[in-house]
Amino acid sequence: MQIKLSSFVRKEMLHILRDPRTMLVVLVIPVVLILLFGFTVSTDVNHIDVAVCAPVRSDAVRKTLERLCRTDLFRFKGFIDVPDIDTRLRTGKASAVVVLADDYETSGRYQVILDGADVNTARVSEGYLRGVIGGGGQDLFVMQQVYNPEMKSAFNFIPGILGMIFLLICAIMTSVSIVREKETGTMEVLLVSPVKPAYIIVSKMIPYLLLSLVDLAIILLLAYYVLDVPLSGGVWNIILFSVVYLVLALALGMVVSNVAKSQIAALLMSALVMMMPVLFFSGMLFPPDNLPWALRWITYIIPARWYIDAMRKLMIEGVGLRSVLLEGGILLAETLALLAAAMKRFSDRLEG
Amino acid sequence: MGSLKFLIRKEMIQFRRNKFLPRLIFAFPVVIMLVAPLIANMDVKGVKLAVVDMDRSELSSRIRSHLGASDNLSLRLVTDDYHEAFCLLEAGKADVILSIPAGFEHSFASGQPEKIKVDANAVNATRGTLGAQYAVLAAGGALREMNPTLQAEEMSVRYFYNETLDYRFYMIPAFIVILILLVCCFIPALNLVQEKEKGTIEQINVTPVSKLDFTLSKLIPYWVIGLVVISEAILTVGLVYGLWPAGNIGGIYLAAFLFALAMSGFAVTVANFSDTLQQSIFVMFFFVMLFMLMGGLLTPIGSMPAWAQWVTQAFPTRHFIAIMRSLYLKGTTVAELGINYLGLVILGIFFSITAMVSYRKQE
Repeated sequence: MQIKLSSFVRKEMLHILRDPRTMLVVLVIPVVLILLFGFTVSTDVNHIDVAVCAPVRSDAVRKTLERLCRTDLFRFKGFIDVPDIDTRLRTGKASAVVVLADDYETSGRYQVILDGADVNTARVSEGYLRGVIGGGGQDLFVMQQVYNPEMKSAFNFIPGILGMIFLLICAIMTSVSIVREKETGTMEVLLVSPVKPAYIIVSKMIPYLLLSLVDLAIILLLAYYVLDVPLSGGVWNIILFSVVYLVLALALGMVVSNVAKSQIAALLMSALVMMMPVLFFSGMLFPPDNLPWALRWITYIIPARWYIDAMRKLMIEGVGLRSVLLEGGILLAETLALLAAAMKRFSDRLEG
Repeated sequence: MGSLKFLIRKEMIQFRRNKFLPRLIFAFPVVIMLVAPLIANMDVKGVKLAVVDMDRSELSSRIRSHLGASDNLSLRLVTDDYHEAFCLLEAGKADVILSIPAGFEHSFASGQPEKIKVDANAVNATRGTLGAQYAVLAAGGALREMNPTLQAEEMSVRYFYNETLDYRFYMIPAFIVILILLVCCFIPALNLVQEKEKGTIEQINVTPVSKLDFTLSKLIPYWVIGLVVISEAILTVGLVYGLWPAGNIGGIYLAAFLFALAMSGFAVTVANFSDTLQQSIFVMFFFVMLFMLMGGLLTPIGSMPAWAQWVTQAFPTRHFIAIMRSLYLKGTTVAELGINYLGLVILGIFFSITAMVSYRKQE
């Protein structure tokens, strides 16, 4: 049996190797995604365009302006008059306007008008402006960021991208490739061979599993050496979790391929039951804490949520294996359940 | 040009005969626009706070009660052991630690106050920054009560265009963009690659249909679908969330049309270069992620490095998201957004041309 299984794996390998473009795509795309997001996407707010409206240019106004210009956070966009405030904000030429009162010198009264269309930027800008222009005992506090002190948003995206890419390669690619054999009718040919049906499926998965592991290695290396993600929770723990998640994704792909009759159906099904939930419910982009309670329950059954949670803890916060036991347990349970479902459906279909 | 009419009819018939697609086109936008605004909430609320009070004075308890009263903070722990608070933070059960140093009240009264330390878990940068700000604001309120001289400067804040800072209003226009992006990217690409895999494209290739006609017949249906989808989305959002565009509705449709032009052209280009479904999906997935995350959907374009900001000029999503947000919320005029429209026009023409040129029909 060993020999037969290995020859089936070889067949699948050849399928993939003969299609160098797909190979290239599968290997290069994660790298490009990680690098681009690592270096460009950031949720930090800086270079806020600020216009100042100060009818009286007193010394105090000049000093406040100097303080504004001294930091990297703001870009001074010139003095404007009151009627221009709306135009500036509306056209996006400024995202905040500081209005200093006529008697600013003595009373220190000022108003900040922000472009509320961009909610979080508005809030953060408000805080920064408050801090720089002063007042209200701001200087009594010293703020410090623990973990991720340079506030690289890439840290947040990498676990999400891992969760997404593995699902894509393992679940979608395998299901499509299995369904393609069905569509072209070659599946029947394979089934009449003396190899157990389960092995056919297993041999389909191994190459994609290997590809994903290569991707994992590349991404981890990049994350550690190029993006300085600490990976302080232990590389082996990360790999362990990833392998469990990969098996889960493969099982999911199997379930889909058992149900779907055509490649398009397999794709749409994968997109609907996997991609959308992962994008929306996994915490990759949007914090699950903010969801209404009914939707929050949905996130509890999405495997990617637990994987991404665990990866964040292991890669960034650097806590030990003990803090991710819950996530690990749930992932494992879901993996086993899906595997069982996949195997059951598979044998049903063959006998029926 | 005569054959174009029949080719489009063919596409329409194929579309109608498909069991899944018509339903998808009608249900998908409504469902997404109903659910997405609930999910895409990056509002920072319920920041979990641990207070390390090493002072245990009247002032520090006043600070604590101010912190506890804040809407945005939820006080999880009060302790005098910094280590305990830090363990909580490590376990993810606290986002922010505010530590009041021993002897703070005394030093505050003497006019040489020691600093209050605020530690934020910045794994999620926005949550960290804003959480720390909330804590500082609330604690500052307590200090101001005790020492009126701190109140010397007064600040008032106003938010234009979205006075209550409702995060949903920020995301809804962008979600309409994503909707059109998904529909106009994936469906044309899958449609074309499927014709390739089934071999029906060969049958077209042996007819005297010109490159232009064939490409147009693959594009035009999606421009129509794009406009249907955006109408559905605008109606759903208006009726359910009460958000109607503040700006010119014609401007929105113009932008949507140009965007659909660019995206479907792009999709057909990718399909022309792919031989199998697998290839086209992976490539599409890559670009959709790129278009979404680097187009300013979630993170401000302004905080990217300069070179990356230049690159995003080539992303149709960047222009369309900017247009939609401005038109929907701020009521900006089309003329004021001229540069973004220009960008969409250029990209639309560019991708339509690449779609046509990359279609390799042996003449």
